[in-house]
Amino acid sequence: MTATLPPTSSPQLEAPLAAPRPALAHDWRRIARMGSIAAFAQVFIALSNMPVALDGRTMVKPVLSLGYLVLLILPFAAGYRQGHQTKLEGVTQHAAGPNEVVGGLACGMIAGGGLSLLAVLLANFDLRDPLVNWSPILLDTLTFGNAPWFAVVIWLAIGAGAGASGGVLRLLGPRSRRATVTMVLAVIGAAVLESLMVDLADGLRLEALTDRLYAKRGGVTWPGALVLAAVSGGLAVVGRGRFRTARARLANLEGAKRSRANAGLILAAAAVLIVLPLFAGKLTNELLANVGLFVLLALGLNVVVGLAGILDLGYVAFFAVGSYSAAVLTAATSPKISPEMPWLVALIVVVVITGLVGLFIGAPVIRMRGDYLAIVTLGFGEIIRLLFQSDWLSGWFGGAQGITLIPGANIFGLTEVSGTDPRRVFYLVLAFCALAIYVSWRLERSRLGRAWMAVREDETVAEAMGINTVNVKLLAFVVGAILGSFSGAIFAAKVGSVFPSSFLILVSIVILVVVIFGGMGNIVGVIAGSAVLIGVLGGPKQPGLLAEFSEFKLLIYGALLVWMMLARPEGLIPSVRRTRELHQVEMAQDAWLRGQVDGEDGGGGDPQPTVQP
Amino acid sequence: MTDVQAATGPAAAAVRQPLLETRRLSVEFGGLKALDDLDLEIYEGEIVSVIGPNGAGKTTLFNAITATVESSDGDIVFEGRSLLGLDPNRVTSSGIARTFQNVRLFANMSVLENVMVSQHCRTKQHAFGALLYTRAFRREEAEIRQRAEKILEFFGTRLVGYRMDQPAFTLSYANRRRLEIARAMATQPKLILLDEPVAGMNPVESAELTGLIGRLRDEWGFAIVVIEHDMGVVREVSDRVVVLDHGVKIAEGDYADVANDPQVIEAYLGKGAGDP
Amino acid sequence: MIGKALRRKAPRTGVDWFLTVMRVAALTVVAVGLLAFIAQEIDTNNPFARWANPDATGLTRAQFQGLIVSGVAQGAMYGLIALGYSMVYGVLGFINFAHGEVFMVGAMTGMITSTKLADAGMWESNFIGSLVLIVFVSVIVCALTAVIMERVAYRPLRGSPRLIPLITSIGVSFFLQNVSLVLLGPAAKAYPDVPDWVKSKHTFLEIEGAKILVIVVAAASMVCLWYVVERTKSGKAMRAVAEDAEIAALMGINVNRTIVKVFALGGAMAGMAGILWGILFRSVVHTTGFLPGIKAFSAAVVGGIGHLGGAMTGGLSIGVAESVGPLLILEPLGVSGVSQLRDAVAFAVLIGVLLLRPNGLFGERLPSEDRT
Ligand SMILES: Nc1ncnc2c1ncn2[C@@H]1O[C@H](COP(=O)(O)OP(=O)(O)OP(=O)(O)O)[C@@H](O)[C@H]1O
Ligand SMILES: [Mg+2]
Repeated sequence: MTATLPPTSSPQLEAPLAAPRPALAHDWRRIARMGSIAAFAQVFIALSNMPVALDGRTMVKPVLSLGYLVLLILPFAAGYRQGHQTKLEGVTQHAAGPNEVVGGLACGMIAGGGLSLLAVLLANFDLRDPLVNWSPILLDTLTFGNAPWFAVVIWLAIGAGAGASGGVLRLLGPRSRRATVTMVLAVIGAAVLESLMVDLADGLRLEALTDRLYAKRGGVTWPGALVLAAVSGGLAVVGRGRFRTARARLANLEGAKRSRANAGLILAAAAVLIVLPLFAGKLTNELLANVGLFVLLALGLNVVVGLAGILDLGYVAFFAVGSYSAAVLTAATSPKISPEMPWLVALIVVVVITGLVGLFIGAPVIRMRGDYLAIVTLGFGEIIRLLFQSDWLSGWFGGAQGITLIPGANIFGLTEVSGTDPRRVFYLVLAFCALAIYVSWRLERSRLGRAWMAVREDETVAEAMGINTVNVKLLAFVVGAILGSFSGAIFAAKVGSVFPSSFLILVSIVILVVVIFGGMGNIVGVIAGSAVLIGVLGGPKQPGLLAEFSEFKLLIYGALLVWMMLARPEGLIPSVRRTRELHQVEMAQDAWLRGQVDGEDGGGGDPQPTVQP
Repeated sequence: MTDVQAATGPAAAAVRQPLLETRRLSVEFGGLKALDDLDLEIYEGEIVSVIGPNGAGKTTLFNAITATVESSDGDIVFEGRSLLGLDPNRVTSSGIARTFQNVRLFANMSVLENVMVSQHCRTKQHAFGALLYTRAFRREEAEIRQRAEKILEFFGTRLVGYRMDQPAFTLSYANRRRLEIARAMATQPKLILLDEPVAGMNPVESAELTGLIGRLRDEWGFAIVVIEHDMGVVREVSDRVVVLDHGVKIAEGDYADVANDPQVIEAYLGKGAGDP
Repeated sequence: MIGKALRRKAPRTGVDWFLTVMRVAALTVVAVGLLAFIAQEIDTNNPFARWANPDATGLTRAQFQGLIVSGVAQGAMYGLIALGYSMVYGVLGFINFAHGEVFMVGAMTGMITSTKLADAGMWESNFIGSLVLIVFVSVIVCALTAVIMERVAYRPLRGSPRLIPLITSIGVSFFLQNVSLVLLGPAAKAYPDVPDWVKSKHTFLEIEGAKILVIVVAAASMVCLWYVVERTKSGKAMRAVAEDAEIAALMGINVNRTIVKVFALGGAMAGMAGILWGILFRSVVHTTGFLPGIKAFSAAVVGGIGHLGGAMTGGLSIGVAESVGPLLILEPLGVSGVSQLRDAVAFAVLIGVLLLRPNGLFGERLPSEDRT
């Protein structure tokens, strides 16, 4: 019955490219503007102390630390970006040429100039009073230990170099561009993943490899980097086409074959996730467990935000209630009542309690307009934390001192899962993640899931079509709450103590960022989003792979959220449906351009390409 | 599904109890009386057209019946029970479905999903069924799908085939209107309220849809109320015509009577039309 | 004939019943608390008061007055911030979550300029002059912040689904807060010492000078804003855009410029509030903007969003409620450590008002597309 459509590709509007523009034919004001914005941002980054704080982390052994890498990104990006040509019907597209390189160079130079200026100012003025990072150390970092004039020259040069390489990137054909990008990313990725790789290599008896790749005191060695770049670049050139065809083939599979392929992929992923921790050390497992907890939270929030379209900013409340009720039920030290239940039994009670709290919070807010609901849930989240913290209820929850000495999670008397053995925690989290994935996957494809979708689309119409929107939304809220309580209960058992300060609104926001970054409404996206962000940058309190970023991660989360909303609101790995919602107009236009739209519009005849029976 | 008594028409209906009855229904927006003491009766198996100039309160009548706007006075009785105070979804599940004047589909859901989701109030399987993937759940899913396909097939080839899996926003205007009707049918109503179903269609399409409205009554047994500006369609489909102006019913009867009613002509053309 | 009484929506679903119970419960708690308070004011040994809270001490007249006055002063600041929320919501139909951070930027700017002035010796020698100066600087900085924010983050999102700009503004809020953290450091920063007449209590009603200052300045700003919005041409344009942006554009109003003006005005009011905050509490941190921001939004909602007078009234109500509420209602009920629950009370007021009067005290005024 269903005919497959040809895989959608962007409409072929491009006319053949015109000759490259002459090297100096630039909209210089635009370049100056872009360069200045980048320069301003560079100065901000420098004054935020990132270069100094991140200098300790070596990326490529003698040449590059994370601190300096951060200062290279913007000139490079500005240099690349300035060569961008608007793709629009009627606008001539030029082939890339020396023009791009010159523009990139100029742009990058201005961007670098920001730091030059800053170095001069640092040397001559003292603004330490409001700006805490206005210090000789920063000057030292910018001048590489030399006189200020050196910084002026070197940053102009570095900026120009980075900007020009950005421009050069435009010159490369698609294939070599891809290879270059892969090479750079591979090296940076290897440097970022260092502790993980070393740890795994330890477990897998592959030290020989990592010893070559990484220097003793951290950082990819420079021969290692070269080899890695060569290998990854080669792979990119050879493998990319295959990867793409494989994916296309997978996407084109039908029915049973498709689900078998999917099942295969899922099994493979599960196998890796089950086997990997066995070879990993404590630190890696700790990281995995933390990431897993956030994946679990993100999956829960995804049901609320992604499926039902309810922006719940107080999601941390359920995490808190889950943690606290698990703590009260299992810990002998709980102030008021301590039934000291085994963890699994307690979990059932926790689910009931959180479900009720979900109903209690949900009922008053569920009829509100979406944005009011967001703020009110945020208020509830804050109220719940304040109550846990208050002296009034300290007889129950220990106030600011929280509840400590919470026993680990006893699983059928088989094992005891607690923070001392992060590997077990990870397995426990994994099991619950699997449950959460199953729940969201099944619900999305059910009568309830369709009702959520309808509510998200148009609540009035959904109501008029016989859907009890209040109940349906409330149910999403409660399902989300219960999934959140799982991670709360695991968190309590893992950390062994709960404090009100672990449940700041911040946590809600971080989970929201993670969900949006990955792609609302898409399970794979949500998992990938939390794995990348929490894994690399870290959670609200948990360190990630780049532990040096801890002071800056919230800044980055904020910027990332804004940037995602502006550039790619559907997220990293979007769900098809969300993409449609967010780009409806463009997609309809594209479809029209491809002549796919069903063409009955505007009267006259019946020219539509209907399949005749 | 097909009601045997469907085609008995208004003559027989007169002795029966009306399916839907509004009693002195009034709706106010601020000071404006959009509906003023409206008495209306719809019988089973009947097709009634509601006409009137722009702003006469026709859509407001539908909104009031489906509880989308609150009425300020009067009563709405459906199958002997008052609908007052019910939520819109309860009105729909009690057997009244509607379409919207400014087509409001679930634009990003597929055509099939649009129809499937509209069966919500007629199906039961809840979260647990879905989670445990019970046999009852699977059976119901299959039924929902079959019923949706059957409904879509009612519109010929226009909404089936590859189109069934396309998002609703890719449909042409006429097809969107058809899908709205399909969605209303999917709620398994006794009464369907169609708000300007042929607006924006070309004459061929509009004639075709007019035929479909007749078949909706004959084959599916729905009672139908149509708001329509196109007098050709009104003459074609209606058993009875009700004319509204400024929220007041100014005429009622079969098409010929109404079309020649001086009050109606005045309402449409204005008092002393023809004067300079 | 069906009577009007039946038409009023009676509880129908479980949720409705639950909400009714909640409403009744909330009102009961407030009523019992108030009664207990009155009882203990009549006589601290009143059996009813003792029953509710065995350690009831009651409030002296001076204490009570003090609470009200600080509530009003704080509420005036909330009101000033709320104006920004209200105007932006009125025009663009979204919650500019980052507006609270603009307020923080104002307080920070005030802190920086006033310390510099104090270093130069001007702060002591000419307090009023310095005050005017820092207000001026802070208002400009905040207006600029708000305008840049609109240009960079919100303008590209016009016409996208309504939660998108809200999420963006959450990001902006987070970003601004952390910009302040990384640039200015995590420590709380103090305003320089203020003259004695600001600190000490005055014979007039025993109110501190700072609070009088706050109330007077807030009232004056409010009047200025009212004048701008109601009496000037730009104000007329703002109201027109709030009513219906499309039609306003057809009438030859430059919608973009008007929206920029709205943000600038809102930012200016937040900057003003920031300075007042600094004078009153004399300390700022990067998180200063978060709670006042949310409370100010609550104030805007409580007053009825889109209403300027409503925002001020809402601000005063929230300010007074959170200042008086804990001692007036919770303490008499035997809740200990009530001052910790101030913020909870403020949120509870928001939730309560939305439960009882979803459109706020004065009803909402929304952009046309949001009304349906
Ligand atoms: N939600 C509302 N708020 C305020 N006034 C409304 C509302 N809905 C409708 N009205 C007013 O009520 C009157 C009747 O409107 P209604 O939409 O029922 O007219 P109609 O007969 O359907 O007209 P048309 O043929 O143009 O569809 C109009 O004057 C309209 O402006
Ligand atoms: Mg109408």
